[in-house]
Amino acid sequence: MTQPIIQFKDVSKAFGPKVILDKVNFTIIPGETVAVIGPSGTGKSTVLKLLIGLLAPDSGDIIIKGHSVIDYTEDQWNELRKSMGMVFQYSALFDFLDVGENVAFGLRQHTNKSEAEIQKIVSELLTSVGLDGAEKSYPAELSGGMKKRVSLARAIALKPEIIYYDEPTAGLDPIMAGNISELILQTKRKLGVTSLLVTHDMASAFLAADRILLLDKGHFVFQGTVQETKDSTNPLVQRFIRGELYMEKSKGGGK
Amino acid sequence: MFKSMVEQLGEFVIEACASTGRIMQLFTATVKSIPKASGREIIRQMAKLGADSLPIVTMTIMCTGMVLAVQTAKEFVRFGAANSVGGIVAIAMGRELAPILTGVVVAGRIGAAIAAEIGTMKVTEQIDALRVMATSPISYLVAPRFIAIALMLPVLIVYSNVVGSIGGWLVATNYADISSYVYIESIKTFAEPWDMIGGMIKGIFFGGIIAIIGCHKGLNAKQGAEGVGLATTASVVLSIILIFASNYFLSVILFVQGG
Repeated sequence: MTQPIIQFKDVSKAFGPKVILDKVNFTIIPGETVAVIGPSGTGKSTVLKLLIGLLAPDSGDIIIKGHSVIDYTEDQWNELRKSMGMVFQYSALFDFLDVGENVAFGLRQHTNKSEAEIQKIVSELLTSVGLDGAEKSYPAELSGGMKKRVSLARAIALKPEIIYYDEPTAGLDPIMAGNISELILQTKRKLGVTSLLVTHDMASAFLAADRILLLDKGHFVFQGTVQETKDSTNPLVQRFIRGELYMEKSKGGGK
Repeated sequence: MFKSMVEQLGEFVIEACASTGRIMQLFTATVKSIPKASGREIIRQMAKLGADSLPIVTMTIMCTGMVLAVQTAKEFVRFGAANSVGGIVAIAMGRELAPILTGVVVAGRIGAAIAAEIGTMKVTEQIDALRVMATSPISYLVAPRFIAIALMLPVLIVYSNVVGSIGGWLVATNYADISSYVYIESIKTFAEPWDMIGGMIKGIFFGGIIAIIGCHKGLNAKQGAEGVGLATTASVVLSIILIFASNYFLSVILFVQGG
C-alpha cells in the first residue's frame, strides 16, 4: 500500500474559544490532488497553514513525507518548504519585484543556477501559464487572473513535490476560473505533484481533484472521489454542490 | 470602578512588557541574521534612506543651526563672547541637535515608510509567502534595513553637523556681524572631534531603534489598511520616545563619563 505523503492525525486547532478543527484526520497519497471544500470560516485555510508551518496545531500529529512536523524548528520547516509550493488566495506576489523577479525568487534564494539559466526557466514558466513576455510588468499592473498565474509559476519554479492552492479561483470570472483550474490539472500531469486545493468553487474541485473532502464545523463530514461526491446522498454535500450551504453560512455571518 | 482601573493598568503593564520582549526577540534574531543579509539589499536600502532623507534633513538642520545662532549670537556679542558662537553651535550640533533631530526626521520619514511597507506585506500575505518560500522575513527584510539605517544615520549626522554649522554661520555673519574668520576659529577652538564622533555613535543606536521598531510594528500589523496606518503611527511615536530616552543615557555615557 502506498504510504501517504501527508497525514493529519486527530489534529485540533482553536483560536481563543472558537474551535476551528476538532480531531481532524485525513491522508493524501503521492501524486494525488485533494480538494478541501466547505463554507467560508470553517477552517479550510487553517488546514493549509498547518501544513506549511505558518500555524501549529493545539493537539494531534501532522506527518509530511514520513516525518512528524509538530516539533519542527523554523530551520527544519524551511528545509521542508523547499519541496513545497503555494498559491495564495490573493496571490501574495511581492509588489516591489517585477513578475520575472517574483518567479525567479525561489531560484535565486535556494539554487546556484546562473542568471542565464534562471532567465530561461522564468521565461518557460511564464509561457506555460500563458504569460510569455510579462517579465518586466509589476504585480500592480496585472489583473487578478494574471496574478494567480504568476503565483502558480512562482510556486512551481523549484519543482516542488507538494503544491497547496488557497482558493485559487476566488474573485475570478468563470472563464478565468476555468483557465486556472485547467492550469492546476496541467501542473499535476506535467510535474506529477501532490496537490491540496482549498476551494468552495465546486466546478474547480470537480475538474482538478481526484478526491474531495467536505469540511464543516471542524470535522470532515464527507470524503470521496469526484463521482462519489456527485452521487452522494449526504444532504450537506448536495446542499453545498447546489450552493445552498454556502449561502446559508453567508447569511449566518460566515466570512 | 477602582477594580476596572487597576485591571486596565495591569493589562497595560503586561502588554508593555510583552511588547518589549517581542522587540528584544526581534533585535536578537536580527543581529543573528546579519551574516545572511543580502549586500545588494543593504546598498539599495542605504541609497533609498539617503535619497529620501537628505532634503528634509537639510531643511530641518539648516533652520535649527540658524535659530541657534539667532538665540545666542546677539547675547554673546553683548557680553563680549562673539568668539564663542561658532563653537557653541558646533558643540550643540555635534553632541545633541544633529543626532536627535536627524534621528527624529529619519524616524518620521524612513521608520514610517518601513512600518507601512512591511505592514502592507503582512496584511497582503507577502510575509507568509516569504516564509512559505523558505526565506526568513528577518534575514530578507529586517536585517538589511537594520544595517542600512545603523550605517547611514551616522553619515547623515556628519552631513547635519556641516549643514547646521553653515546655518549658524549664515546668521552669525549676516545678523550678528560676526566675521567668518571668528566663527570658524571659534569652532576650531571649542569643538573637539569627540563631539562629532559621540554624535555619530548615538546615530548608530538611533538607527538601530528606528529599524527595529519600524520592522516590529510592520510585522505585527493587523486588520488591513487600518492596521497598517496604526502600525505606522505607532512606529513613529515609539521610535521618537525611545530616541529621546536613550539619548539621555548615551549623553551621560559619551559626554559626561566618557568626555
